[in-house]
Amino acid sequence: MKSLKETELPLFKGNEITELPDDLFIPPDALEIFLDDFSGPMDLLLYLINKKDIDILELDVSEITDQYIRYIDFMDVLKVELASDYMVMAATLAHVKSRMLLPIDSEEEDEEDPRSALIKRLQEYQRFRTAAENLSIMPRIDRDFFPAQASNPDFTNKETKTHLVVDDLLNAYIDAASRPRFGDDHIIDFEQLSTQERIEIILEILSRRNIVQFFKTYKASEGEQGVIVSLLASLELAKNGNLEIIQSDESNQFYLKSIKKKASTNERAH
Amino acid sequence: MKELINSVEAILFSSSRPMKLSEIRQLLSLQSIDVELADIKESINALEDRFDNTSLCILEVASGYRLQINSKHSDLLFPMWSETNTRTSKALMETLAIIAYKQPVTRGDIEEIRGVSVSSQIIRSLLEKDWIKINGYREVPGRPALYKTTNKFLDDLQLKSINDLPILPESSYDQEEDYQIKIG
Repeated sequence: MKSLKETELPLFKGNEITELPDDLFIPPDALEIFLDDFSGPMDLLLYLINKKDIDILELDVSEITDQYIRYIDFMDVLKVELASDYMVMAATLAHVKSRMLLPIDSEEEDEEDPRSALIKRLQEYQRFRTAAENLSIMPRIDRDFFPAQASNPDFTNKETKTHLVVDDLLNAYIDAASRPRFGDDHIIDFEQLSTQERIEIILEILSRRNIVQFFKTYKASEGEQGVIVSLLASLELAKNGNLEIIQSDESNQFYLKSIKKKASTNERAH
Repeated sequence: MKELINSVEAILFSSSRPMKLSEIRQLLSLQSIDVELADIKESINALEDRFDNTSLCILEVASGYRLQINSKHSDLLFPMWSETNTRTSKALMETLAIIAYKQPVTRGDIEEIRGVSVSSQIIRSLLEKDWIKINGYREVPGRPALYKTTNKFLDDLQLKSINDLPILPESSYDQEEDYQIKIG
């Protein structure tokens, strides 16, 4: 049997962990390294078996199980997700171990060795582990050999370089900042005063008198809106030929003067 | 003929991947140069001779002919390329080996052999390297994806065909073996 020192040990930052004691104690801190070093429970199990320098077929389930469980005891605390696969193997080992302890039923001579399924799996795994090692050392592109190429530049991905001047940037910012905020909410005020209504009022006034001063068609309390509505109504009526807008020479006042119309216009106003 | 050799050299030099004889012929035919595949092969042979005392060489891989730097210069070049991550974990290589030798396989098949759940990260990494691809789904509940290796995988390992992979070690398991039962 090889001594522990002669066997392959896990690497930590390229150095072998040579201090691994015989009782296989692994400080909890080392677990992550340990997990990285083994690709799975099968890998760990094969490591334990190879370390004993025994043939898989001579597998001493009891001893291996104890060692294995000591290893994974630490994982239980640290990396539950990854450890679950290791736990399944522990359960398998414990199951095989328990079957080994049962007395062999002499009447069932052809009963299979309880270890055979596990050994089969280990051997199958070992084939692919070796195959993986072979693949790893095969010449690989960009690692062991390099293609020679003078590929053309990728024209589709051509980016033009932008030359930024501070002033341009500032102007662009001002431009953006002063742009109307189309995204903002805006409240629509419903018309307090209706132009249509005002048209009727003006027609009503003009039906009683021939001419009226513009400022009499709105109330001061109606404010700016009143003026606008009256103006719109006057313009509308002037357009339709219901009235004439006259401005006196001496004052800024202007007047609305009725134009004699047929009855139809009056009807339309109603 | 000399012109053809130069044309082939130009194509191999400019393409960023291996080129098949038929692809080279198609490119030439676009320029109304009609040649037989054998002529192109002959040009490649002539190119190999031409490269004899240079750092270049031509290698045939799964996807065609590739112009390479003679591998005796690899150590010289590696530091320039070290930023590209070429490291592959043990778990990744085991997964790749199972896919390569038993294809097409599902994740379940891989897990059965490895005795550990296959991390999505490994599968993603292999798919990103374009070393494996999904090739249909197994018609069982869950319809798991079937994985196969790609030509890119063969190209990147300088192989012409999947049969050029090293032989999978034989299983030493013998069904008739009589185990000596040890009870500890």
